[in-house]
Amino acid sequence: MPLLTVDNLSVTFTGDDKRPVRAVDGVSFGMDEGEVLGLVGESGCGKSVTSLALMGLLPSRGVEVGGRVHFDGIDVRSLPARRLRDMRGSQLAMIFQDPLSSLNPVVPIGRQVTETLRRHKGMRGKAARERAAELLDRVGIPDPARRLTEYPHQLSGGMRQRALIAMAVACAPRLLIADEPTTALDVTIQAQILDLLGELVRSEGTSLLMITHDLGVVAGLCDNINVLYAGRVIEASSRQQLFANPHHPYTAGLLGSVPRLDAPRGEALTPIRGSINDTIDWNDGCAFAPRCDHYTMECLTGTPELVPAGEGHQHRCVNPVNLDPGPADADRHGHVAEGDNVR
Amino acid sequence: MFRYILKRLLQLIPALFGLSILLFFWLRLLPGGPENTLLPDDASAQQREALRESLGLNEPIIVQYGLFLKRLGEFDFGNSLQTGRPVMEEFTTRFPATAELAIAAMLIAVCVGIPLGYFAARKRGSFLDSSAVAGSLLGICIPVFFLAAMLKVVFAEKLGWLPSAFRLGAGARFTEITGFRVLDSVLTGEFDVTVSALGHLILPGLALSSIPLAVITRMTRASVLEVLGQDYVRTAESKGLQPTVVRTRHVLRNAMLPVITAIGLLTGSLLAGAVLTESVFAFGGIGSFIYESTQQRDYPAILGFLMLIAIIYVVVNLLVDLSYTLFDPRVRVR
Repeated sequence: MPLLTVDNLSVTFTGDDKRPVRAVDGVSFGMDEGEVLGLVGESGCGKSVTSLALMGLLPSRGVEVGGRVHFDGIDVRSLPARRLRDMRGSQLAMIFQDPLSSLNPVVPIGRQVTETLRRHKGMRGKAARERAAELLDRVGIPDPARRLTEYPHQLSGGMRQRALIAMAVACAPRLLIADEPTTALDVTIQAQILDLLGELVRSEGTSLLMITHDLGVVAGLCDNINVLYAGRVIEASSRQQLFANPHHPYTAGLLGSVPRLDAPRGEALTPIRGSINDTIDWNDGCAFAPRCDHYTMECLTGTPELVPAGEGHQHRCVNPVNLDPGPADADRHGHVAEGDNVR
Repeated sequence: MFRYILKRLLQLIPALFGLSILLFFWLRLLPGGPENTLLPDDASAQQREALRESLGLNEPIIVQYGLFLKRLGEFDFGNSLQTGRPVMEEFTTRFPATAELAIAAMLIAVCVGIPLGYFAARKRGSFLDSSAVAGSLLGICIPVFFLAAMLKVVFAEKLGWLPSAFRLGAGARFTEITGFRVLDSVLTGEFDVTVSALGHLILPGLALSSIPLAVITRMTRASVLEVLGQDYVRTAESKGLQPTVVRTRHVLRNAMLPVITAIGLLTGSLLAGAVLTESVFAFGGIGSFIYESTQQRDYPAILGFLMLIAIIYVVVNLLVDLSYTLFDPRVRVR
């Protein structure tokens, strides 16, 4: 049985006098114990909202959530608030994007770690402080005993993100959700944080849901990847498959727009034209059609289904590319398959 | 820390110097003088002139100011023209009443305003929220003297629930230690006096609290609304913490920061408002004395009282700023 099953999850924001906005539109995926899954897409595609919905952290006002989320066989969405709180922080934990704003500025780091231990493990006093110091040490913060008494503004950006990771893994959760954990950090620190996350989940057997817009991040870390566009999964496959053989024109476009060190000097990048604002409603066809180079009239009739194509590979496209990869395509994308940083 | 306090206190000197220049020359621009108010109407011109001479008012004004500064250096504000007693003494006998009133008003404002603002923010858009917003608007708009008079008419004169004037009931016997009636009576164990003194504080305290209460309610509400949307509150929730911990440690602690600053600034308006409230309730603090002194052109008294108030205002603000560092580690003085 998979650890996490998300079935037809939808999230709609209903403002008081505004048109309802459907941020997540029928997302389904599953995760096994110990799996590292990447949820990739550009800003506004619904990836962060998906993660907040999984944690039950969306505000209750002005938000409608539909679909089912099962964690370890438990229907998370129908759990009473009290039971859900018991699970958050202990079984399900989350790391956020901006480590400075995600830490309480007026509470010492140590307190912010021990409050989780106290809540879920009943640890207090010296025992909790010692455990917190161990955790800071575990995530690579030097001189942990001193750092416990310091405040977030006294730590560097990388340190803060490490502290947030320490808080998230404090109670050895079974599923860790990381929402753009490296976006606010500079590149050298990004690599360190990714290494740390990878090492933590491998040694503890934790499942990791990695949410990012950065293909370089998923390339090194994830077993499987789901690509999101306009609130729907448009392609799902193993990492190797996806990088070697992307089916959806959007995925292919994303890979094609990554800058490459071995490209000839002065060669322009290949962007995907338009922006995510040029989306049509999924009911009117493929939401990506207005930006797609391969679209036909067929794309504008009805919602395309997520169809299997090859082993563990699914795509939502009526005119997929690379179904029969020629040698040129394999060469074009093949080299990133084994964990190179695509940057 | 000590250096910071010293620096702040030293900053007081130029401020007070400027204030003294402003007040000294400004007061002299007021028409009339003590010779018109202290002497009976039928006093002769010679008598008036003799009084001006004896008070040193005929010296060039710059010389008078110099003499004032010289005495100030010895912490002597001169004698009140109305009572003939040292200004400092007049101040110390009256200030406890005003301080007691101001503290009562601030306690009411803090104890009601912070919970009210907090729950208004939590229940945004509810009846409680809209009443709190409307009520605080009303609190800012109603003039203090009008509110004081209305409270007095309704609750003291019509309903007779609370005393209408003075600090204690008639014929009450009490022992004076600090001049703070509530504190003194608790220290000496005269609890009947404590009850009476507290009863006499309710109406003037309520009247004086209207503006700080309104400001604190609104600031708390706005601040809590802002903090509720912060990432660290979401982080706290993602840890599965109990709602009480999230609300106190993560929401309230951060939301209180701007409110603390406001409390410091509001102490100034309390001292100003006390003048009006005290006169309505015949409370006998510094307010009514300043009013009298202005009427009588009692130059030394006005100058002395206003400068002492300025010093107290700055010291209170310094204390508030110091307490702020306890709440916000980012401004902690090293």
